[in-house]
Amino acid sequence: MNKPMILEVKDFSLGYTAANNELVSVLRNVSLDIEAGEAIGLVGESGCGKSTLALAMMAFLRSGSQVQNGQIRYHGSNLFEKTEKQLGKLRGGKIGLIPQNAGQSLTPTMKIHAQLAEALRLHSDLPRSTWHQRSLELLKQVRLPAPDAMLQRYPHQLSGGQQQRVAIAMALAGSPDLLVLDEPTTGLDVTTQAHILELLCNLRQELGMTMVFVSHDLGAVARISDRIAVMYAGEIIELGSCADVLRTPAHPYTRGLLNSIPRLDAEGLPPSLPGYPPKVGSVKQGCAFAPRCTHATEQCQQDAALVAENSHAVRCHRSGDLRRESASINVIQLPVKPTLEPLLNIEELQISYHKAGLLDQWRNIEPPVATVDEINLQLNKGETLALVGESGSGKSTIMKAISGIQAPRKGQIELGNEDLSIAVEKRSNQLKRNVQMIFQNPDASLNPRHTVCEILQQPLKLYFGLNHESCRQRAAELLELVRLAPHYLDRMPGQLSGGEKQRVAIARCFAGDPDLILCDEVTSALDVSVQAAVLKLLKELQQQKGVTYLFIAHDLAVVKAIADQVAVLYQGRLCQIGPVDEVFNGVHHPYTSALLNAVLAPDPEHQPKLSGDDASEQHPPAQGCAYQRRCPQADQTCSEQSPPWRNDGNNRIRCHHDLLELTLRNNSPELIEVANF
Amino acid sequence: MLKLILQRLGLAVFTLFTVCVLVFGVTEALPGDVCTAFLGRDAQGTRLENCRQQRNLDQPALQRFADWGTGVLQGDLGTSLKRDKSINDLVATRMRNTAVLGFGAAMIGIPLAIILGVMAALRRDKPADMMISGTSIFAMTIPEFVTATVLIFIFSIQLQWFPAVTTVRHNAPIADLIPNIILPMITLALVMMAHILRMIRSAMIDVMASDFVQMARLKGVPYWHIVFLHALPSAMLPAINIIALTIAWLLGGVVIIEQVFNYPGIGTLMIRAIYDRDLPLVQAIALILAAVYVLCNLLADLSSLALNPRLRTAR
Repeated sequence: MNKPMILEVKDFSLGYTAANNELVSVLRNVSLDIEAGEAIGLVGESGCGKSTLALAMMAFLRSGSQVQNGQIRYHGSNLFEKTEKQLGKLRGGKIGLIPQNAGQSLTPTMKIHAQLAEALRLHSDLPRSTWHQRSLELLKQVRLPAPDAMLQRYPHQLSGGQQQRVAIAMALAGSPDLLVLDEPTTGLDVTTQAHILELLCNLRQELGMTMVFVSHDLGAVARISDRIAVMYAGEIIELGSCADVLRTPAHPYTRGLLNSIPRLDAEGLPPSLPGYPPKVGSVKQGCAFAPRCTHATEQCQQDAALVAENSHAVRCHRSGDLRRESASINVIQLPVKPTLEPLLNIEELQISYHKAGLLDQWRNIEPPVATVDEINLQLNKGETLALVGESGSGKSTIMKAISGIQAPRKGQIELGNEDLSIAVEKRSNQLKRNVQMIFQNPDASLNPRHTVCEILQQPLKLYFGLNHESCRQRAAELLELVRLAPHYLDRMPGQLSGGEKQRVAIARCFAGDPDLILCDEVTSALDVSVQAAVLKLLKELQQQKGVTYLFIAHDLAVVKAIADQVAVLYQGRLCQIGPVDEVFNGVHHPYTSALLNAVLAPDPEHQPKLSGDDASEQHPPAQGCAYQRRCPQADQTCSEQSPPWRNDGNNRIRCHHDLLELTLRNNSPELIEVANF
Repeated sequence: MLKLILQRLGLAVFTLFTVCVLVFGVTEALPGDVCTAFLGRDAQGTRLENCRQQRNLDQPALQRFADWGTGVLQGDLGTSLKRDKSINDLVATRMRNTAVLGFGAAMIGIPLAIILGVMAALRRDKPADMMISGTSIFAMTIPEFVTATVLIFIFSIQLQWFPAVTTVRHNAPIADLIPNIILPMITLALVMMAHILRMIRSAMIDVMASDFVQMARLKGVPYWHIVFLHALPSAMLPAINIIALTIAWLLGGVVIIEQVFNYPGIGTLMIRAIYDRDLPLVQAIALILAAVYVLCNLLADLSSLALNPRLRTAR
């Protein structure tokens, strides 16, 4: 009954030599057997060693790393005993890799056809004359439109989803039997992600490939894998079927991780995991998770037992008890009462990046359609408004206009009674203080050469003119506000973890005591367990200080957890706006339903519904509805006239179809067909 | 694409015009003029008047600039004072000689610099890299006339392989120049290599650490294919401007090296012209050198367009 093993990881440890010449283990005694044809998901948070393990399956070690013990056998033979030449034949051939960031993994100076031809030359027996034909077939196989034109392009001319598809086609060129996918959908839009996952599922069925799917996103893993291996601090701590691991997780870490994922169908904020993962190589004995574990006993400090029940293996002494305990999620409710006092008012905002050159002015060329147009938003004090939409939907552009970096072409932005449509250089200190921003990536937004104290002092000096002593005092208070101890004052950002850095960034933003805070994807660079803690912190601060958030996020579940109002944007135009519950649960604009349907949940049963395609557009259409080209329900009117606003209580939708029609189409498209007869 | 090229071309023309104005303006601002310089002590009375009339120096400056400018546009650089010959004739053969020298040096120096730079990058911090990098830093710090002198000492005086100074006339056929050209060519190549090599080395180290190179490895692309097909084109980008600047700088270096080897090129001619206060000739040579400079930068811009699809193709 046993299928042959395609890949066996046997007691595999891998380490690198640290600065003090000590060998630091990145992977510790990992064992994993992969059957031919199965899809296995490797999940865990950043630094847990999942990517290292995946690359080791291709016998690729980062420079400075070495195998400490154990082996990885592919079809029975140890990969690390093969010569460089044999490995070259395997890599990209029988073992294919789909990289995390296709945009950076495709050679920028080579056209797509050259890169595909290279793969065919190296890894197939096809004669040169058939390469072109085969390349076309491969591009069709990954569902790329207009493959002929695609071949003649450079990677930068493709959208993120297209680049990922090309990377998949390139892996398929070697007709692999094992496909290693290293975070293949991270960094893509929800809809694109859903389409890529769908493609991968289909390809697996068509070609019967074995897949190793590495991701931090349990939702994406659930979509594709038969089995899931959860990794923590370089070990596999739980291994079992997709349903077992996701439904009845038996390791406290897996539980905590699953609980910290915000979900569309849950109310309130998800609970976060306390503490931080151990530093690489710092765990010498006992269970690596014990310091963070609420179930830990003394035994856990000594060793970590591997408990297996049927095919569900868990590295935990307490898993037996945990299995019996029901896995209930205690969501955190932090009700914030928004006031009715209006704070931010945006009227008919239009923004364009296009600057008419002299030549264009002479030739009287029509400027291209504005990037962002007809934006009307009202925000009360103490409220949270989330802007959602795919990349290129104008979320960040609107934020740039509010922060004064990008001048609007038309329209009004007002904060209370003050005009915000002026450039940031012309704003008074008072106004600058009042509008603060938290950025996506704290690594880039904190100066790496300043201590935390210096970082926090700058706004204090600038806005309040505090002297050195009181500055330090105030900076310590700010750290307390974001739940960091005062000894962090003298640390450098490089010495902090991702979550701690983002806390410092939040503290800096609160240093100005602002009314309005612009949050640009503040949690998307963080691990889920840390994300939950940061979201909770933001909400608590809002409760405490009554600040208003304008929140950009691509994760709709995060939006659900934190926002009061949500505005759905497509190509710089509003599609739908209203209170979160009504927008998510009420009638949907076709684009809103496309977004919501593409959301993944860490549930093996959950299947995203795809509507339309994921083609990305460069420019909004000159007339009619912005979403006309991708909308499955678009008709003649949609391409000619601007759609009207339709109100369903506070839930406002901009669409030519009326509310009843939209409700029917969302719920059961087939009913419409019947009704039309 | 076309727009970009036209923009660059327009910029080049504008730069050249500015250079013309500057060159003319500077000679105009110098005390005295060609006649006082030429006549020396005799520069007074009717001789000066005659001389000035003869060379149209009694005309207003703007008029003379216009005349000179139209001449330049028509390819007529004017008349040399001292030699009383057309500057075009004087310059043509010397320009040819310098071009042969510079071109030869570039042909040896640039590919060698690229290859050595790549080698150094691939063997980073290993003995080969240390030797290449160390030598190139050393080469950078030595002035070219020292290198030239050392080369003359070794190859002309000790080994007696090549002549130490050029003895042929400026209008000798290229074949006659060959033995004379080798030492100056090596000197030039050595001096220009150092900068290019170091630039290529650092760019190559960056590119070899990039995601697409790692991916190429994981696609099973053989090592040397990765180096030359995937990595080098990207690594060349930052080096191109350095190459252009080095070639342009070479024009300055050429003056000294030609002087050391007594090579009949444009540099030697320029030194003589300055020595003789032959202002029209100096003016013409300055303009030519500026034109070559601008041309080099233009070529650099165009080749970065060719190498970088991001610049060349819209999204």
